[in-house]
Amino acid sequence: MSLQEKVEQNIGLLIILVILVVSVGGIVQIVPLFFQSSTTEPVAGLKPYAALELSGRDLYMRESCVSCHSQMIRPFRTETERYGHYSVAGEFIYDRPFLWGSKRTGPDLARVGGRYSDDWHRIHLINPRDVVPESIMPGYPWLETTPVDASSIQTKMRALAMLGHPYTDEEIEAAPAVLEGKTEMDAMIAYLQGLGILITKRR
Amino acid sequence: MSDFTSEFWSWFIIIPSVLGLLYCVILLMRTNTVKEQKDGEVETMGHVWDEDLEELNNPLPRWWLMMFYITIVFGAVYLVLYPGLGSFAGILNWSSVDRYEQEVKETETLVAPLYAEYLATPVDDLKNNVSAMSTAKRLFANNCAICHGADAAGYTGFPNLTDHDWLYGGDEETVKATILNGRRAAMPAWGAGLGQKGVSEVSEYVYSLTRESVNKHYLPAGKQRYMAMCVACHGPEGKGNMAMGAPNLADNIWLYGGSLRAIAESVDKGRAGNMPAFGNQLTVSQIHLLTAYLSSLQKTVN
Repeated sequence: MSLQEKVEQNIGLLIILVILVVSVGGIVQIVPLFFQSSTTEPVAGLKPYAALELSGRDLYMRESCVSCHSQMIRPFRTETERYGHYSVAGEFIYDRPFLWGSKRTGPDLARVGGRYSDDWHRIHLINPRDVVPESIMPGYPWLETTPVDASSIQTKMRALAMLGHPYTDEEIEAAPAVLEGKTEMDAMIAYLQGLGILITKRR
Repeated sequence: MSDFTSEFWSWFIIIPSVLGLLYCVILLMRTNTVKEQKDGEVETMGHVWDEDLEELNNPLPRWWLMMFYITIVFGAVYLVLYPGLGSFAGILNWSSVDRYEQEVKETETLVAPLYAEYLATPVDDLKNNVSAMSTAKRLFANNCAICHGADAAGYTGFPNLTDHDWLYGGDEETVKATILNGRRAAMPAWGAGLGQKGVSEVSEYVYSLTRESVNKHYLPAGKQRYMAMCVACHGPEGKGNMAMGAPNLADNIWLYGGSLRAIAESVDKGRAGNMPAFGNQLTVSQIHLLTAYLSSLQKTVN
């Protein structure tokens, strides 16, 4: 019996061989990225998200901001002109999962940190049309009135520490106290104001 | 760009890629052995299912076969010219960062003389230059309009830039410094120190600087408190102080609203208006252009 016939007649063997062949492409493309310094080393000054920023990031996911806002400035002049230096892999070392997104109903937010004042973000998140009349972004007024959830912050930070985020024990210990009395709005603004601020030059 | 921790990873990509291409060629040649028969007879694979269902073994269609070979050749040529095989950069030495930098350079060469000319032109002349102002208008729309509004008339909390009322000063140097480095106001919160009644008294006094007071009996105490606490920044007549960005309280132009309630909130909780710095985002010429644009926006005073 030829190999061809054997594989055609044994469905289990066929499945195993197909999986082997198909995975070669993925393995060759993906695995070397784990051994490349430009994709594994953080840019200078990068720290894992502090408790408040981390909570804000979770809210960013909960509210599905990523569905309309990308966090990825591509290396095109027209983009860097508007948003600042193109995004580099080392800026996202502590992003699990990445929130690069692929849809830009709203503008890219990879370097929104420091671009607007905290007050602007507050007004804009409650009702975007108060500052940008033509905006079609929905308002998120409940952020202002909901206290940020402090009950799971330590679990989250420990889980991330297990994955290699360099949190100190003191930081994890102090996390619930940091969130004490903060609203979801504070967390969201803290997260947004920290986005992309490590690379300040435009090109 | 590739900066692997070890050369092993380069070969980890090169070997399967090259072998994969070669394997495709061998597979094609080995399976393409059937020839079309003259009498129209077709060979079968030799198995029969469901009594008469046979698998025919026709030769591969020529157009399809040629397309397959062309894609293999295309792939091989691509891998020689462009980066793809591990650390090998390709003989064209193409990279996306180089491409980007070239794109930036091309535009820079194009616009640099124009911007140099704008920068050399005084603001007062530049604001009458139609093409310069149309560039400036776009710069304003991209960078400033989101807070100050498309018409530069501002919103509550974001200053109107067309009304001659400047918080930090409207001369060329000051406006440029504001755009370049940003501004951070620091009106302290007086609520805790003054108490509710104290806040009402001061607010009433501030209100009375521009309009007919409602609760006149608050005024004497309000004035006393004003002279004790507010005078340092806002001045004895409420005219403000541009060096500190303390607004003029006597001109009936209100950044956070001029109602009694809005004034009381400012006194109670303080205000920390923050203009972000645009020094990283805009070039000196662009800031010069924007300054001229702002100057052109000033409504003529009657």
